[in-house]
Amino acid sequence: MASTATLHGADVHEHEHKDNFITKYVFTTDHKTIAKQFLITGIFWAIIGGLMSLIFRLQLGFPDMQLDWLRPFLGKWITDAGKLDPEFYLALVTMHGTIMVFFVLTAGLSGTFANFLIPLQIGARDMASGFMNMLSYWFFFVSSVIMFVSLFIETGPASGGWVVYPPLSALPQAVSGSGLGMTLWLVSMTFFIASTLLGGINYIATVINLRTRGMSFSKLPLTIWALFLTAVIGLLSFPVLFAAALLLVFDRSFGTSFYLSEIYIAGEALPNIGGSPVLYQHLFWFLGHPEVYIVLLPALGITSEIIATQSRKPIFGYKAMIISMLGIAVLSFVVWAHHMFVSGLNPFLGSVFMLLTLVIAVPSAVKVFNYLTTLWKGNIIFTPAMLFSIGLVSFFISGGLTGIFLGNAAIDIQLHDTYFVVAHFHLVMGSASFFGLMAGVYHWFPKMFGRMMDEKLGYIHFWLTFVGVYLVFFPMHYIGIAGFPRRYYSFTSFDAFNIFADLNTFVSIAAIATFGAQLIFLFNFFYSMYRGRLAPANPWNSNTLEWTTPRNPGHGNWEGEIPTVYRWPYDYSKPGAREDFIPQHIPYSATPESNLPHENEKIEEEKEIEKLPVDDQH
Amino acid sequence: MENTMQLDQPKPTLSMNPKKFALWLFIVTVVMVFAALTSAYIVKQSEGNWLDFELPSAFFISSVIIVLSSIALHWSYYAARKDNLFGLKAGLILSLTLGLLFLVAQYISWVQLVERNVYFVGNPSGSFIYVFTGLHGAHLVSGLIFIFVIIYKAFRLKIHSRSLTSFEMCLTYWHFLGALWLYLYIFMMINH
Ligand code: HEM
Ligand SMILES: [Cu+2]
Repeated sequence: MASTATLHGADVHEHEHKDNFITKYVFTTDHKTIAKQFLITGIFWAIIGGLMSLIFRLQLGFPDMQLDWLRPFLGKWITDAGKLDPEFYLALVTMHGTIMVFFVLTAGLSGTFANFLIPLQIGARDMASGFMNMLSYWFFFVSSVIMFVSLFIETGPASGGWVVYPPLSALPQAVSGSGLGMTLWLVSMTFFIASTLLGGINYIATVINLRTRGMSFSKLPLTIWALFLTAVIGLLSFPVLFAAALLLVFDRSFGTSFYLSEIYIAGEALPNIGGSPVLYQHLFWFLGHPEVYIVLLPALGITSEIIATQSRKPIFGYKAMIISMLGIAVLSFVVWAHHMFVSGLNPFLGSVFMLLTLVIAVPSAVKVFNYLTTLWKGNIIFTPAMLFSIGLVSFFISGGLTGIFLGNAAIDIQLHDTYFVVAHFHLVMGSASFFGLMAGVYHWFPKMFGRMMDEKLGYIHFWLTFVGVYLVFFPMHYIGIAGFPRRYYSFTSFDAFNIFADLNTFVSIAAIATFGAQLIFLFNFFYSMYRGRLAPANPWNSNTLEWTTPRNPGHGNWEGEIPTVYRWPYDYSKPGAREDFIPQHIPYSATPESNLPHENEKIEEEKEIEKLPVDDQH
Repeated sequence: MENTMQLDQPKPTLSMNPKKFALWLFIVTVVMVFAALTSAYIVKQSEGNWLDFELPSAFFISSVIIVLSSIALHWSYYAARKDNLFGLKAGLILSLTLGLLFLVAQYISWVQLVERNVYFVGNPSGSFIYVFTGLHGAHLVSGLIFIFVIIYKAFRLKIHSRSLTSFEMCLTYWHFLGALWLYLYIFMMINH
């Protein structure tokens, strides 16, 4: 068997297939290019979604403002009086949520980093099925095009909130966005679900089947663990969203009554009987809650990697991290009804879900403690990626704390559907995951494009965004505790809320400034892509396998044999070692000076690993 | 070479054909869709306003047909393992035919539902039955296409004892679709 191994090793493949522009950049099966496609599309959507939020923040912060100057973009959605159309306000909120949750923080985050990092960090030439992977991107693309088109139709895009609750979303009479706009939303989301499932099947199959020799699950980087579990959660929850959407389609287009019971509109009875809108909520949140972890876990995985690398310390509690992620994955499926405490849910069930919801705070807290203890007394190197990772931890704490309030069924009666909830999930999900995305881009940019991003601009970007996020979302807690409901067009029509007018103006200004800070990032990103300093092979002195590839890896990633893995990825600042990092492909036999006693015993096992065939995956 | 294959040796990471594995993952997603729908059925039923009616008798016939079809396909698979080409093709065609018959039986069940004045549009208790059968039928069509592809390959002599992966995947999928129907049938019998 050893002889076959050397045989394979000697036979260096020519991985650069002859590509033309179309097969190289458009219909590519190379996971790295697909990752970039997801990233660029995600950035595009983030800009659109961000601009939408600015428009509705103008309405909330400056209710008297004349918005005529927006007419060239929004056309008839600016009324003759120069105001934002109230129905379009709802459409904006809905599309902002849909775009950010699904297109930016699911496709843009998982799609980018699962594609990019899984093969590179586990030592695989590509995904299990390059074709399915390509299909996954193009389904996402079609889904994006449909959603984008829906922004421009006569009746406006879907406007029932990102959760599209029926009956609002089921009856075209209810709001103009529930007509064609809602139909396009459903079609688009169907493609999106297909894309996510194709991607997820691939990620799972790749992690399980294509690890290089020696890369056991106990040596996997935490990023891969996170991306893997994310894919598992997605595989189990997105089909449920599909089922929910399917029944909604039947209700809308065929006249069934799954979600519609006896309803009167303008004094006239609809023919529907016997349906239940709460049924939709159950189905939706069975996806919806796991979805928030689908959005968060990849960001946490990226953070684990970056915090360990830039603290020059082994991650604290590697096993505890894995166990808490497993715990989160399992628990995320049994807490969905905490979104429904005030839907008329049986109070006993409410208590059960309250208990389970508070239990999920435990693994989340374990992760936070592990980040903090990893940072503790580390040799911290504040790269922009590191700052964004630390920022993520901060948001995860401040947003997670409010989750514990919301998780109490009794307190939630006051807080449900107020700005308190908006503050909660924008900190813990929106901002935390966005920071994870940013951290990932800053950290892996050198591997993606072979060049470095500018650090100074990175620092400015970080500080403006970090401070900006808190200025935007922190005040919302107060507005929410006072009881102001989310998704309302105007504050000023209620005397009780007039006192918050200045606070809202303040929030809006902060939001505009924070959005402006993202332009710095955009400049840095595109400029560095072409003009950045050339990246060294391993710019962060990191241990994981992706830094053993050439500066610009071709299709197939490694020019020679795929490296073999001997150790976990967190051997940073090991006592006795020559350098402060020992990459995963360095055998213990090569580092006698730093081996611990039980690691010397592993030298024997290394020979066994080397006897395994090199699986060249062609 | 042989003596390195001891038990304490770390296992090679590549343990299962990735395509087969991906099929299993796909099956998981289908299971989740139907788990969601049948749970929705129970939730809706427990809320009342539920119309009771007798299930179509054609369901029993279609269940028998789908089991026979699975048996035929398995028989064909055994034949392929023994390189018995006649058995391979006969079994494949038989199971394809039975699969088509199953769809006919499902169609008859819809006719029977209509005779009972149970329509797709109306009380959800009836609509659910149409969704179960319809969505399962849609998956079944994909299974039939899969069998058809295998028949095509079999006639071009691409299926034999040393080349069975695609057939094995087809077999897994077809058995799964049969089992899924039996689950739905039993589910509907118990909960209506
Ligand atoms: C400490 C753990 C957490 C607890 C106990 C918790 C609890 C809750 C509760 C009870 C609600 C419902 C509030 C309401 O609508 O009245 C809620 C909403 C929400 N949570 Fe959390 N949460 C936690 C962590 C997270 C995390 C980690 C994320 C995302 C990564 C997240 C994302 C969301 C989102 C998106 C919503 C609002 C959905 C909507 O109504 O549009 N939460 N949370
Ligand atoms: Cu939740």
